[in-house]
Amino acid sequence: MKPYRLGWEPAIFLMLLAYPLLPVFESSFFALTKRSLGDQMPTVFIFAILALGLNVVVGYTGLLHLGIAAFFAVGAYVAGILTVAAYPFNVPFPVVLVAGTLAAALLGLLLGAPTLRLRGDYLALVTLGFGEVVRFGLKNLDAVTAGAKGLSPLPPPTGTETGIDWISDYRPFYYLTLVLLIGVSVVLSNLERSRLGRAWIALREDELAANCMGLNPAKLKLAAFALGAGLAGMAGVLYATRLTSTAAPDAYDFNRSIFILCCVILGGLGSRPGVLLGVFLLVGFDNILSPILDTAIQQTFPSTETRIYRTFTGWRLCIFGLALILMMRFRPEGLIASSRVKHELHPDEVVASTVHPVTLHGIRREPEAHS
Amino acid sequence: MPLFADTPDPWLTLLQYVILGLTKGSLFALIALGYTMVYGIVELINFAHGNVFMLGSFVALTIFGLVGVEKAGDPFQDAALIVACFVAAIVFCGTLNIAVDRVIYKPLRNAPKLAPLVSAIGVAYIFDNVGLFWGGPQDVNFPNLLPDANLFDETAKIRFTAKDLMVVGVTVPLMLALTVFVKFTSLGTAMRATAQNPVAAQLMGINTETVIATTFAIGGALAGAASVTYGLYVNTISYQIGFQNGLYAFTAAVLGGIGNIPGAVLGALIIGLVTSLGSFYVGERWTSALVFAILIVILVFRPSGLLGSRTREKV
Repeated sequence: MKPYRLGWEPAIFLMLLAYPLLPVFESSFFALTKRSLGDQMPTVFIFAILALGLNVVVGYTGLLHLGIAAFFAVGAYVAGILTVAAYPFNVPFPVVLVAGTLAAALLGLLLGAPTLRLRGDYLALVTLGFGEVVRFGLKNLDAVTAGAKGLSPLPPPTGTETGIDWISDYRPFYYLTLVLLIGVSVVLSNLERSRLGRAWIALREDELAANCMGLNPAKLKLAAFALGAGLAGMAGVLYATRLTSTAAPDAYDFNRSIFILCCVILGGLGSRPGVLLGVFLLVGFDNILSPILDTAIQQTFPSTETRIYRTFTGWRLCIFGLALILMMRFRPEGLIASSRVKHELHPDEVVASTVHPVTLHGIRREPEAHS
Repeated sequence: MPLFADTPDPWLTLLQYVILGLTKGSLFALIALGYTMVYGIVELINFAHGNVFMLGSFVALTIFGLVGVEKAGDPFQDAALIVACFVAAIVFCGTLNIAVDRVIYKPLRNAPKLAPLVSAIGVAYIFDNVGLFWGGPQDVNFPNLLPDANLFDETAKIRFTAKDLMVVGVTVPLMLALTVFVKFTSLGTAMRATAQNPVAAQLMGINTETVIATTFAIGGALAGAASVTYGLYVNTISYQIGFQNGLYAFTAAVLGGIGNIPGAVLGALIIGLVTSLGSFYVGERWTSALVFAILIVILVFRPSGLLGSRTREKV
């Protein structure tokens, strides 16, 4: 077991905690870009919790999960049902947070249990299909979920009467989401080094060998599914509360799942700081960089023609796709690689190492094939 | 919504929807074959396959636009144009698939399996973007060249139009040709050998790269044929048809046992039946959920798909 190392993660979190206290950063960022960074950060933190949840399943345990958005949606809708005025529950926010997390985790178990026997690619499709089933369920159960409109408005976390301004001031949500993200991150960093975390990694590397060593793959996979789903549910509660609406069910489609998977892969599978960086880059790309460049293009080349390829946003999918392809070709371990994954992918760079070169994520491939 | 208000016989209605389902299913099968063949050879879920199909339909649409055909005119001229579109889409999709394999998947042959998979998602994104530029964000009309009239007597209880006949007439011969190719030609045999064991195949003197390129070409060609068929059958296309139909076709391939050619056809026919019968008996808006629910249930009991062989894990 490797000794605990304080990486630069605490430093980043400290900087993030300090950011709202020093308004000079916010105002200079605003002067530079005409956009509020503080407004965007809660979204980054929420998606980071979601991505860390996905990372448990894909990164640690090596199960390709293409339906994480379903659990995100469940969290959001549980929050919606428990708090909107149309329903009589009116539950306080901390209870909602726990309820959303638990409901999603339970659903994760429900999905996990029947799929334990499936191998990599079949599992990927079942999770994808499950995500679509949940989305269509939410869309079609009009009586419960308000169908395509979604539930709204969700009250702010402290209710409407208290003095905290959750709408126009970005700081309450900033701190709420950041504190939860730090909590999740600390728990996961401990879990990674615990018996359970190491068992997950063993499972990822070689299920059969792990099983022979006395690990129970079924239990481990279920635990990973439940934890990943639970974190996604927690992120969903936060997302809906911040938006004051559950949004339409189509906001939780396959593209959302893939977007989060892209964050995890771009940053580095199995690496917490990598996942945070990946989320920051992709959300920043969508919400800050794209609008800025769109305005810039519009101002530099004024045109009445509104063709899609004249906007920067129109090229979004191309840029995403190209980024994924280039990453896989030149840096498959991600921007901030987990050291273990790096060893696996570049075995020749390991000098006098005790780490054996193994295949990535249990999805095995005979190395001598097609050579 | 029943097609005929005056057919109270429930069995006739059932038969009608079975026919519709099988027609739809054979279209899914053409796309599903591309997924399953590529998977069989290189163990890659080619996420971009549905998008290749989508681009094929835009190629055909562009040709119709260049010639200036929008609705049915002289039947011989239309027939010649349709054949030209089929050839163009087949060549385009086949070439595109080979090119993608050469440029993007080939350097990753020995990489962990996740790398080509994620690259395929990237390619799918790029193709989606190209389709978006090509056709715009809305649905576009595809020329309605085939008559909607019933081939049986107009008063007949069962409806089978020229469009349905065209779908069957394109898909069934192609599938038969594929079966003959895989079973009886030397390249087909090489293909099956490579699917079974790439190393052994190579040791026997098979050029596996040729086999892989052929597989991508055939998969792309089938998708190209499917794309024109789809356009003529449904008459609206958009950049999103790649994702929707690709997902169904991919589901079909997995349902039948991915890597298994008859399995893909069987899975596609089942998916076609489920969507068709489901839209009548359960409701249109539940069909997608129904398809995936059935997929999950079947995989729970047969984890390798309906016809997939249960392979023992190698130690």
